[in-house]
Amino acid sequence: MVVAVVLVLIVVGSVAFHFLSPWWWTPIASNWGYIDNTIIITFWITGAVFAAVVLFVAYCVWRFRHKDGQKADYEPENKRLENWLMGLTAVGVAAMLIPGLFVWGQFITVPAEATEAEVVGAQWQWSYRLPGADGKLGLSDTRLVAADNPYGIKPDDPNGHDDVLIEADYLHLPIDKPVKMLLRSVDTLHDFYVAEFRSKMDMIPGAVTYFWFTPTRTGQFEVLCAELCGTGHPYMRGGVVVDTQEDYDAWLAGQSTYAQLYAPEVLKTATID
Amino acid sequence: MVDATHGPDAHAAEFPDVELYHPRSWWTRYVFSQDAKVIAIQYASTALAIGMLALVLSWLMRMQLAFPGFLTFIDAAAYYQFITMHGMIMVIYLITALFLGGFGNYLIPLMLGARDMVFPYVNMLSYWTYLLAVLVLVASWFTPGGPTGAGWTLYPPQAILSNTPGQESGIVLMLVSLILFVIGFTMGGLNYIVTVLQGRTRGMTLMRMPLTVWGIFIATVMAMLAFPALFVACVMMLFDKLLGTSFFMPALVEMGELLPHDGGSPILFQHLFWFFGHPEVYIVALPAFGIVSDLISTHARKNIFGYRMMVWAIVIIGALSFVVWAHHMYVSGMNPYFGFFFAVTTLIIAVPTAIKVYNWVLTLWRGDIHLNPPMLFALAFIVTFVNGGLTGLFLGNVVVDVPLSDTMFVVAHFHMVMGVAPILVIFGAIYHWYPKITGRMLDNTMAHLHFWVTFLGAYLIFFPMHYLGIMGVPRRYFESGDISFQPPSAHDLNIFITVMALIVGAAQLVFVFNLIWSIRHGKPSGGNPWRATTLEWQTPETPPVHGNFGRELPVVYRWAYDYSVPGAAEDFIPQNQPGTNPPHSEAPRKRKGTKP
Repeated sequence: MVVAVVLVLIVVGSVAFHFLSPWWWTPIASNWGYIDNTIIITFWITGAVFAAVVLFVAYCVWRFRHKDGQKADYEPENKRLENWLMGLTAVGVAAMLIPGLFVWGQFITVPAEATEAEVVGAQWQWSYRLPGADGKLGLSDTRLVAADNPYGIKPDDPNGHDDVLIEADYLHLPIDKPVKMLLRSVDTLHDFYVAEFRSKMDMIPGAVTYFWFTPTRTGQFEVLCAELCGTGHPYMRGGVVVDTQEDYDAWLAGQSTYAQLYAPEVLKTATID
Repeated sequence: MVDATHGPDAHAAEFPDVELYHPRSWWTRYVFSQDAKVIAIQYASTALAIGMLALVLSWLMRMQLAFPGFLTFIDAAAYYQFITMHGMIMVIYLITALFLGGFGNYLIPLMLGARDMVFPYVNMLSYWTYLLAVLVLVASWFTPGGPTGAGWTLYPPQAILSNTPGQESGIVLMLVSLILFVIGFTMGGLNYIVTVLQGRTRGMTLMRMPLTVWGIFIATVMAMLAFPALFVACVMMLFDKLLGTSFFMPALVEMGELLPHDGGSPILFQHLFWFFGHPEVYIVALPAFGIVSDLISTHARKNIFGYRMMVWAIVIIGALSFVVWAHHMYVSGMNPYFGFFFAVTTLIIAVPTAIKVYNWVLTLWRGDIHLNPPMLFALAFIVTFVNGGLTGLFLGNVVVDVPLSDTMFVVAHFHMVMGVAPILVIFGAIYHWYPKITGRMLDNTMAHLHFWVTFLGAYLIFFPMHYLGIMGVPRRYFESGDISFQPPSAHDLNIFITVMALIVGAAQLVFVFNLIWSIRHGKPSGGNPWRATTLEWQTPETPPVHGNFGRELPVVYRWAYDYSVPGAAEDFIPQNQPGTNPPHSEAPRKRKGTKP
């Protein structure tokens, strides 16, 4: 009896906790509301299955607990029932998988109009690079990283000269403009993660990874590192500020380029062009 | 196929004297023993002992999360050492070793009617290699820099870089210990597989084996295929660390200095690790599936529902688990198109897994449920496994994983599904088979106390933890209090979880005390206290002596689940009892009521 009651309480308590507890996701600030929807679908389906299974067990424990003289049924198999259950499960799984794959297709298909923004991870800070006036990021290589070239930008690539560098400061993004985040690391694995954007991706030294999103809400959002990167991992914080277009333009005008910061002699030739 | 109607003496005539090594001294009987039952107890004791260390480590890390700064000796480096060693010990050195080395060794020969494993000497070496692996692991606490703090996944390049504690020697000892573990496990695993295939007694067809043996057997086959990936990954990382190769090391700048590595791939390690790591989840789960099936059937006095479906589900899960590994890597930066494939395979595996759950609960239906401690733990397993399995549908569904990956949701999920659930089965199994191992029952009052605190406490720890992850709190954070989006109440939840963890941990001391106390003071159990059908309960002596079955091996006439057979005198018929009531094929195919 106690066991059955406890099992029922587990279901009731879990459902109550789900709806009443103050701990839930952050208000979304990107276009990935589809992901939230898929999570909600998954919650309903899995929640129903959990409640059904545990309540069934509770009923069995209450109804069929041992009493003197009781004898169990002898029923080795029931093909019909097993096939039905298998079919229902497959339907439930498909109901979660199909929307999930559909949204994943969107997640990995970057719209053509997306602008690029590069994030560079290094223990334990975030730096950013924007493509500048030409809309192109200059080539980079970890082996070029040095005190006067923290991004490892190839000095002889003209595309890099006007790249806007944002070191140890917040990245600003204009609202409602899709952006492709190009992720790079110069030392170890990191993961660029903003909870409000619902998206994250590891950064790998020696490779460029990416994800895209469209910011949909102005404000300031904390960047966390979500891949263990040594003892300073929890302190690897940064920020992204989503601006209106005017605020963004004003902010961008105040930033410095690679040529201005690290290569004064290049700057000279660049201005001649 | 074997004709089960042969008399018992036919078998004895084929093997007039069983070729067993007979121990002559105390040392060869109890220490360097080749008896699978002694080896099983050695494996289990070592695993439980090192598991206590992992338990203490979990206390320490929870103390840090709830009361940062209270224990001043926990700095970031120590915290990462704690989580790394806790994870590795729990997954490999406790759960894997206990299920396969412990229960595998004890139960396979007894349940199959064999006198011992087929290669007893190799079996002994398996244990001693495992013990060496454990000692090497523990030794890293006593080296300069201490054990590695790379996280149990040991992802390079960070695992061998500075800013990871244990960079001096801890990581090397970890890799060496894993290599030793794989070597030791291979020796044991070959034994389990060959014994299952070749060592069964007359009449014990594959489709009459108890599901416990099926679970352990398929898990061992999987381990034989999966552990080599871990083995080579460890060897390659050792080369990177000690010889300066670049298997996993790209060009990178460490503390402002360009390292001599170039061209390696950190993602390659992740593929190798998870090619081992995902099957590992099922290497732990399948023995639990098998054991819990037998616990439920025995204590509900009812045949397991859908035996053949259960066997095939185990086999299919085992096979599928080799094509789902990259669902651990959806946000690793691998080719994003892999996500489609691995999400589909991962969610397909939910179907055979769900079948198993349905068949467990349908076994309870119209049963005669005895709420003995093993049954209580089996019920708790169903609750926690269903909970943890369902949250796996979030993480397996590639796009849903994106926000949840690397958060506390993942921690909650895998603890529920491959920590709490299999360990509840381990407890149930120990309460179930302790009488066979010692001849005495474990104390029932202590068992109930242990059960309620462990089950409810563990659920209260890990269920709310999911919601921290949904909020976005990352895992592996030494301190998380200052995260901007976290309300202050999240810290209250952290304190609650820590208090529960301390209580649940303390309850395990009751269990350990019960194990030791009952050896002398437990109620004598007799040979078959649960009135079970399988062969280990039919031995002439309890505890069974070396050789297990006296002069003649048992002959098997029926499947392992003849409980409450209509018309039978008792509510169970042992597998070695001759007779044709009920008419049985391998597993009865006819539905109830279609035959008299």
